[in-house]
Amino acid sequence: MILTLAFRNLFHDRIRLAVTLVGILFSIVLVAVQLGLYLGSSRMITAMIDRANGELWITTYGAKSFEDGGMLLTQAERHQALATPGVKAVIPLVVRFQEWRKPSGGSTRVVVVGADQEDGGLAPWALVEGTWQDIKAPDAIAVDRSYLDELDISGIGSTAQIGLGRVRVRAMTDGIRSFTRSPYVFTPLSRARKLIGADSTRTTFFLVQLNPNANAETVRTELRNRLGSAEVLTKQEFHDRSLVQWLFRTGAGVALIGGELLGILVGTVIVAQTLYSSTKDHLNEFATLRALGSSSGYIHKVILAQAGLSAVVGYLLGMLISLGVLLLSKSSPLPLVMTPGLAAALFALTVGMCAISAVSAIIKVTKIDPATVFSR
Amino acid sequence: MTQKPILSAKNIKKELGKGAGRVLALRGVDMTLNPGELTLLMGPSGSGKTTLLSILGCILAPTKGTIKIAGQETGGLNPEDLAELRRAHIGYIFQSYNLFPTLNALENVRIALDVIGQKGYPAAQRAEEVLHDVGLGHRLKNFPSNLSGGEQQRVAVARAIASSPEIVLADEPTAALDSENGHAVMALLAKIAKEQKRSVLAVTHDPRTLGYADRVVRIEDGQIIGEERRPDGLDAPEIADLTKRRKANG
Ligand SMILES: Nc1ncnc2c1ncn2[C@@H]1O[C@H](COP(=O)(O)OP(=O)(O)O)[C@@H](O)[C@H]1O
Ligand SMILES: [Mg+2]
Repeated sequence: MILTLAFRNLFHDRIRLAVTLVGILFSIVLVAVQLGLYLGSSRMITAMIDRANGELWITTYGAKSFEDGGMLLTQAERHQALATPGVKAVIPLVVRFQEWRKPSGGSTRVVVVGADQEDGGLAPWALVEGTWQDIKAPDAIAVDRSYLDELDISGIGSTAQIGLGRVRVRAMTDGIRSFTRSPYVFTPLSRARKLIGADSTRTTFFLVQLNPNANAETVRTELRNRLGSAEVLTKQEFHDRSLVQWLFRTGAGVALIGGELLGILVGTVIVAQTLYSSTKDHLNEFATLRALGSSSGYIHKVILAQAGLSAVVGYLLGMLISLGVLLLSKSSPLPLVMTPGLAAALFALTVGMCAISAVSAIIKVTKIDPATVFSR
Repeated sequence: MTQKPILSAKNIKKELGKGAGRVLALRGVDMTLNPGELTLLMGPSGSGKTTLLSILGCILAPTKGTIKIAGQETGGLNPEDLAELRRAHIGYIFQSYNLFPTLNALENVRIALDVIGQKGYPAAQRAEEVLHDVGLGHRLKNFPSNLSGGEQQRVAVARAIASSPEIVLADEPTAALDSENGHAVMALLAKIAKEQKRSVLAVTHDPRTLGYADRVVRIEDGQIIGEERRPDGLDAPEIADLTKRRKANG
């Protein structure tokens, strides 16, 4: 009966219900979009690091992200690393911004990612056309299909110029997008060095793979001692550092979090307001319940059930809209991401928001005197 | 009668209103209610009947005086304890019905049962049964706004008696009823008093109800001015007979 009464009270005043739901919807959609952007950005920022197959990263000192490594590491570091106990392989990666000259004039920046698949460190995943063998052909590169327009090319077989070298698209990935908005160009290690005009001994990162029984922390300490000027990071550390760099140093993440808080706040205020006014309107009934001998707990449950019902309905509608926005964002430069975890978190948030909103209504009703029933 | 009263009130005084509008609504009222008795409280409008009833029902606190319900003093009890006392012992019929506008007749009765912890199918059954008893078997799904005043009043009666409380306090339970339904409700209250050994205190102006009473208490200006026993009050078989006849007619 608690649910019945809550449900009826809620649906009794349609306009107020609509306002409540709009409040919840507003919050959910705003938070879903912000968190979706956050997740989408995070994934984009760390995709390369997450995909690379190696426990440790050797970077130049202070490298802040995948795109920020410079070309300072040399064969000397590689040999020192290889000689470190517990190290199985040390795989060079070249990553560098370079100018892409569009076939019909003008230019844009790309991130050249050089690695040899045979090394087992990093290779273009999500290939939808062409293979690694194709990428090994003379002048060959792989680009993501979503950047064709931006690169001013039509697809497989298109040619362009990166720096001073001619390149031909021989493979395409799908969905490897770049947070810096400069498209990634995959190519073998030696061609990458040529395209960016680097010495054949220079490298951006060394990806370190360990022997199965090696302790990552021990190896890391040892590597640090041996490689005075380079930095040795675990995969997780480099992942976190990249996120901090792009999401917080640049303020993008702060804006996202600010947006979320605003959404939560506005939603809570709206729901609290409508729930309070609903409670006020039904005060006589709550007094009657009290006069019939209901405990105050029973009455609180009615109000909480009202809040809970609003939460469930608002959540379902909010998710529907959020998923719509998500779908629309699929082809945008920054697609939103929704995961089961995020959906669950949003639900918890909605319920929490509604529970907090119920507080003022509960306080109001707790003070109710059953003798109010005689005052109408 | 040597029976132990289920409710006894002593020297109840109640001040209502503030400042210039202050009224002494009750000026020292004594009242005892015994199981198995239907008592009528009669008096002119404004004499303090509703005030007395709501104090006996532990909804309103007296300014002075003591009330004992089922052996328990109510003085000093906190609102939560008073609520418990109400749900354990008292069924109240409000003069203004106080039905839940968003619940239908059946649900209005069910929620009163729900409040005292009677839930599920048995409670629904019971609610339907009492609504039948008050002649509303055909109006179960109607909302108060679609019920006549008399029908609403009968829902209020059903709600108060559904849990078979030991004390039924009825504030003008027949005021909105036509003669036939008024008699039916009074017969039902009398039957509850007799057969289930409950105490019923009903406020009324209606001389037609006198025949059902075991006792009539008269109140005027916040004071009890007289009390009479009615030896000719109906006994249980007679009421059963009356109810049967009415059912046969209806
Ligand atoms: N809330 C109130 N404030 C001030 N006076 C009240 C209030 N309620 C009732 N009264 C007064 O108390 C007296 C008794 O009222 P009430 O018990 O309702 O009478 P009855 O039910 O016998 O008609 C009346 O004079 C009435 O005007
Ligand atoms: Mg009255």
